[in-house]
Amino acid sequence: MDYDLIVNILYATVRTGTPLILVALGELVCEKSGVLNLGQEGMMLMGAVIGFIAALETGNLWLGVTFAMTAGLLMSLLFGFISLNLSANQVATGLALTIFGAGLSAFVGSDYVGTPLEGIQPWHIPLLSDIPFVGRILFSHDPLVYLSFGLFVGVYLFLNRSHAGLALKAVGESPQSAKATGLPVFKIRYLAVMFGGAMAGLAGAYLSLAYTPLWAENMTAGRGWIALALVVFASWKAERVLLGAYLFGAFSIMHLVAQGLGFSVSPNLLAIMPYLATIVVLVMLSSDKARVKLYAPVSLGKPFHPAD
Amino acid sequence: MIFKLERRVDDSRWMAYLSPILAGALTLITGSILFWALDKDPLQTLYTFFIAPVSDLYGWTELGVKAAPIMLCALGLAVCYRGKVWNIGAEGQLLFGALVGGAVALQFLESDSAFALPLVLLAGALAGMAWAAIPALLKTHFNTNEILTTIMLNYIALNLLLFSVHGPLKDPGGFNFPESALFTEAVTLPLLLEDSRMHIGILFALFALVAVWVLLSKTFVGFQIKVLGLDTRAAHFAGFKERRLVWLALLLSGALAGLAGVCEVSGPIGQLVPQVSPGYGYAAIIVAFLGRLHPVGILLSSMLMALIYIGGELVQIELNLPLALTGLFQGMLLFFLLACDVLIVYRIRLNPRFSTMRKPSPEALVNGADAKLSTHSQ
Repeated sequence: MDYDLIVNILYATVRTGTPLILVALGELVCEKSGVLNLGQEGMMLMGAVIGFIAALETGNLWLGVTFAMTAGLLMSLLFGFISLNLSANQVATGLALTIFGAGLSAFVGSDYVGTPLEGIQPWHIPLLSDIPFVGRILFSHDPLVYLSFGLFVGVYLFLNRSHAGLALKAVGESPQSAKATGLPVFKIRYLAVMFGGAMAGLAGAYLSLAYTPLWAENMTAGRGWIALALVVFASWKAERVLLGAYLFGAFSIMHLVAQGLGFSVSPNLLAIMPYLATIVVLVMLSSDKARVKLYAPVSLGKPFHPAD
Repeated sequence: MIFKLERRVDDSRWMAYLSPILAGALTLITGSILFWALDKDPLQTLYTFFIAPVSDLYGWTELGVKAAPIMLCALGLAVCYRGKVWNIGAEGQLLFGALVGGAVALQFLESDSAFALPLVLLAGALAGMAWAAIPALLKTHFNTNEILTTIMLNYIALNLLLFSVHGPLKDPGGFNFPESALFTEAVTLPLLLEDSRMHIGILFALFALVAVWVLLSKTFVGFQIKVLGLDTRAAHFAGFKERRLVWLALLLSGALAGLAGVCEVSGPIGQLVPQVSPGYGYAAIIVAFLGRLHPVGILLSSMLMALIYIGGELVQIELNLPLALTGLFQGMLLFFLLACDVLIVYRIRLNPRFSTMRKPSPEALVNGADAKLSTHSQ
């Protein structure tokens, strides 16, 4: 492999990892508050389709991004209402959100399949992008990639260095004691769910406005589910989410590597790689039951009704 | 909030049955509003969606064609979900069953052996079972979350199918289309009714229905699965072999989904194609919940789901609405069901904060009670 190929692969890895970082950071915050939202895939799809339509109709890509985040947020409110207000089973509600999101996005976007759109263009950061090797890999991307760096730092600091983050984690560990100390459990969980929704919407927008500027049915291709596995992989730690997302990004672009090495492997077989990697990683990390127990938020997935 | 939820002393049996009906009604109402917003006559659209497809015998046979795979998948899922084994992988198990069964069927292009078809069906069911054995093994031995593994396996099975029809199983004389050769009569499911597409797959589904009903309500294993789902600790104390039950639920559901898949390719489709399933495995999740994880409920709800598929196709053809309406209706149905299910455990009460105006004062209550007593004594 020559120098250019390695640089290109790492550049593509960052691009491919970006939507996973966005959606997984949202899910991380959500799970830290004790809420398991399996609807990431559905919210991403809605973000992707609404973002695409809004950008196309208004001619403004950033308005598209805003609409996408709003769409994800609204979807998460639906999840919040049913799983938090009505205390429905979170697993079933999350599944419903994904099935509903897949159906609704396909319905809303049926007239837009195959419509071309000039996507969000790369923005070479002056000076930094001139650094050899690193400049190309990290600093010659579209603005959403830089936003993902910023959001990562923000979520990391929020969870590890802020009082609000501490309150969020307390709610995820033991809502009963959090409530006893005067924390608004319900409100905190709602906010966490909404953040997860907005981030999933943003991740969807990244796919349909920057990564491959188009809309196709089910174009997220399971990235929302991979993000859920990523959170387990990361042992609920933000820094490992970043690492894991890039690792999965690398697995998803195996076709680039294969081409570079002169192999011709069926694209369908290569497409299996990220899903297979997810399973392998899950097996490696879950087999130590004690470890998972140690890191997972204690009240994850358990409904809590303020009245109880 | 104006309303508040108050926990019932006992779960409401009535609401458990009423909730799916309520959810169906709410889906219809929301659907009508949607049609109205799309400038279509709601009544006419609803008629085209839900009544026109079954207004003749052919329509009913088509309903059977679509309901069979959904029912097979949903029955297996019901067994899993009763034991709180979250198998989301019916779609992958169906696709893998179709792929392996189809590959076996392609070995009989020049044979009219009577054993060919049973062999094909067996291969499909076993393949689905093997596909479900993966999450079972990973869950029981590596503590891996089955929701995520089964989902990943869905994507893997789909890509394996795509790989096969684009590659090794592609029809050499098929003008480079990504599809296999057409199956011969020896490996095609016999039809139940002439001039229809209804094949004997529906009989398999009905047989499975009875078998699952017996398993769940008449056997000790069924009882154990139920206890496992309701209270894992109780199942532990009772000495139930949890791992064995997880295996049983997943293998059974995988076999049924695999059978559904092989019946699709050796039935109405007649060859391996990229689109073996329009999401039957996912629809079956909704059907299992809508049918209250009970075989009879699943029979009814899989017919409704089949109707949504056929109705969606018909409104696309006749009223030029997007086919994606089907998925939208499916999602709405599940959402409304989950929302209505809250009424099983809770009852809705006006929040006291908002009803103080109308609440009688304690004195009035005492006086009222006195008055009541005095009227009684008279």
